[in-house]
Amino acid sequence: MLLRVLLITLLLAANTAQATLNVLACEPEWAALTQELAGDLARVTTATTARQDPHHIEARPSLIARARNADLLVCTGAELEIGWLPLLRRESGNARIQPGQPGYFEASAHVHLLERSGIADRAQGDVHPGGNPHFQADPRNLLKVANALAPRLVQLDPANASAYAARNQDFQKRMVAAIARWEKEAAPLRGVPVVVQHRSWSYLADWLGLKVVADLEPKPGIEPSVSSLAGLLDRLKTQPVRMILRTPYQSSKPGEWLAERAGIPVVELPYTVGGSAAAGDLFGLFDDTVAKLKGALK
Amino acid sequence: MFKPTLLAAALAGALPLPALAVSDADLAALRAEFQQQLDHKLKELQARYEDRLKQMEARLATPDAPAPAPREARSNDFNPELSLILQGGYARHKSGERRPTGFLRDAAISAPARGFSLNDSELILSANIDPDFRGQATVILADGQANVEEAWFQTLALDHGLTVKGGRFLSGIGYANEQHPHAWDFADNNLMYQTLFGEHFTQDGLQLKWLAPTDTFLELGGEIGNGNAFPGANGGGGRNGIGSWAAFAHVGGDVGESSAWRAGLSRLAARPRGRESKLFDTAGVDTNNTFSGRSRTWIADFVWKWAPDGNPRERNFKFQSEYFQRDEDGELIHDTSGVNTPGAYRARQSGWYAQGIWQFMPRWRAGLRYDQLHRGELDFGANQAALLPAGYTPSKWSLMADWSPSEFSRFRLQLARDHAILGNPDDHQVSVQYIHSLGTHGAHKF
Repeated sequence: MLLRVLLITLLLAANTAQATLNVLACEPEWAALTQELAGDLARVTTATTARQDPHHIEARPSLIARARNADLLVCTGAELEIGWLPLLRRESGNARIQPGQPGYFEASAHVHLLERSGIADRAQGDVHPGGNPHFQADPRNLLKVANALAPRLVQLDPANASAYAARNQDFQKRMVAAIARWEKEAAPLRGVPVVVQHRSWSYLADWLGLKVVADLEPKPGIEPSVSSLAGLLDRLKTQPVRMILRTPYQSSKPGEWLAERAGIPVVELPYTVGGSAAAGDLFGLFDDTVAKLKGALK
Repeated sequence: MFKPTLLAAALAGALPLPALAVSDADLAALRAEFQQQLDHKLKELQARYEDRLKQMEARLATPDAPAPAPREARSNDFNPELSLILQGGYARHKSGERRPTGFLRDAAISAPARGFSLNDSELILSANIDPDFRGQATVILADGQANVEEAWFQTLALDHGLTVKGGRFLSGIGYANEQHPHAWDFADNNLMYQTLFGEHFTQDGLQLKWLAPTDTFLELGGEIGNGNAFPGANGGGGRNGIGSWAAFAHVGGDVGESSAWRAGLSRLAARPRGRESKLFDTAGVDTNNTFSGRSRTWIADFVWKWAPDGNPRERNFKFQSEYFQRDEDGELIHDTSGVNTPGAYRARQSGWYAQGIWQFMPRWRAGLRYDQLHRGELDFGANQAALLPAGYTPSKWSLMADWSPSEFSRFRLQLARDHAILGNPDDHQVSVQYIHSLGTHGAHKF
């Protein structure tokens, strides 16, 4: 009897395991978005955490093993993962997640990218000529990506097409309402001058109307030095700012150095899901982001 | 339908021909019908234009409605990714070759350069060939020559965790074997790899790899090759059959968020014919020797990487260690350019190295490495008296610090104490090195 129960449980488990999509998201925001759209229909894991710099991840054995078993890769694209994702795909021996296959989803293909310079000269630092890849910081982009990701999930798992469509509709509704609320709450932030650390906040600034006056990094991807920070401090004397913005994965030292001397706060924004205790999902992410920005304004 | 009626009406209105005897009532009826149809048609047209206007307005209102052209990551459009590695520097050490005492080593390894020198410049081209294959070539540019270090294709679409590589490629055995010199953490190769392969073991052949469908990384691989490269050799004559076999297994995983590891076990077998090695005989004369027989090598490797929260950007630590055991037996012809005396040769030797690299702040790293070789059982048969050196354990300490202004450039200072040769220690090796990467350079393996 016990054996039979065990067998049936095992069979059921095997069946459900087959039915669910195995999704590997490159960054936590896409894991959260896939979870919103797929719910229990997908087993979603993320290759990076909010405390890891998505530019600089190693193609660790554990990631290769997960890529091997993935039905779908959901990544940012726009060269953000160029240092590790191509290797992960090649080493995986998994034909489903190669470029051009339905199992490879690049979010950047579905949004309008800012800072498309087209210039690929490394004298300008670690540039992304195709555009700034940190577009998850504007929640309006999440709506667009969800609208593209839902059909992709349907394509891979047509049996559950209506569930994905319904979940997307529900997500869009909740997100549109939330965006309206955040925009209202963040109205006092419009025109507020800020200093950023790396171009991680271009989309957030674009959305909320923050005015980016300077970047701690002298050039994208180049670590700030004492002399570059001193130069920046001089500039802030004539062009004062209200706060310095940074991600959880960036060094706190350059920001603190400048903050102490310029007498302004450094705000560590969650940047992505899991970036702070309150940023448990995509809604919490922006609740916390707006709250922290407003807190620093006081 | 509309046009003939219109025409008829126009004719009727313009040419009131009395001969046709058309009554006023008839004409009025026709006019009314015409007016009605015209009105109707106009309304229809108006409605149609209004619809189109509305559509255009709607499109203008949402600026991003025309979906941006999907632009997925491309590597330089259809051109191959092109990358050039520039390496060079300054080295200060004793002159001559530094062959570890008691080991047969590839005769093609030349003495390391002293003073200012240009190291190998690597030119790397790679691209997807088609949806099924990827290709890469690495050419080493040196004075007056260009050596093909690698030129291979790799499958992309075999699926089921399978990958086949063919051509000339760096063998998957060990850990450091697949690393190009620019990816080394020290200015020179470790003694173990220097002794075993010169730089690294290269196969001209085929490789099959399989990645298990498990959550823990488990990779199995097998290779066959022509066995031209040391420890194989074909005496310049080549062979139809297989000259070298390799098999390897790698396992790996994460420990928490901060640590990742990989361990491996590899086996390399070769049947060298007329393999050339230089040896100092017991009288101190440098002699040429050739070996033919069987060569089998075990390699165990282990790598541990740590970074706070798994974010290596600021601080990280890497520990790497490998151990080998090589068994060779066959015939050694001693002093081929002189007396030419054959004798049996049997050796069971081993060695290891361990190194730690510590990035203590962004851009800055420091590293320490220790190498040791064990002569083990060594039997030169009939040439024993002429060749067997006194017991000695070659070893080397290396200490390095490097600074990387960006991801693409690096400068390194290395100090070493080299005790590879019996009675000839070199305690004050100094190297200064630069490594620059130009163009699109693919990611390095874990």
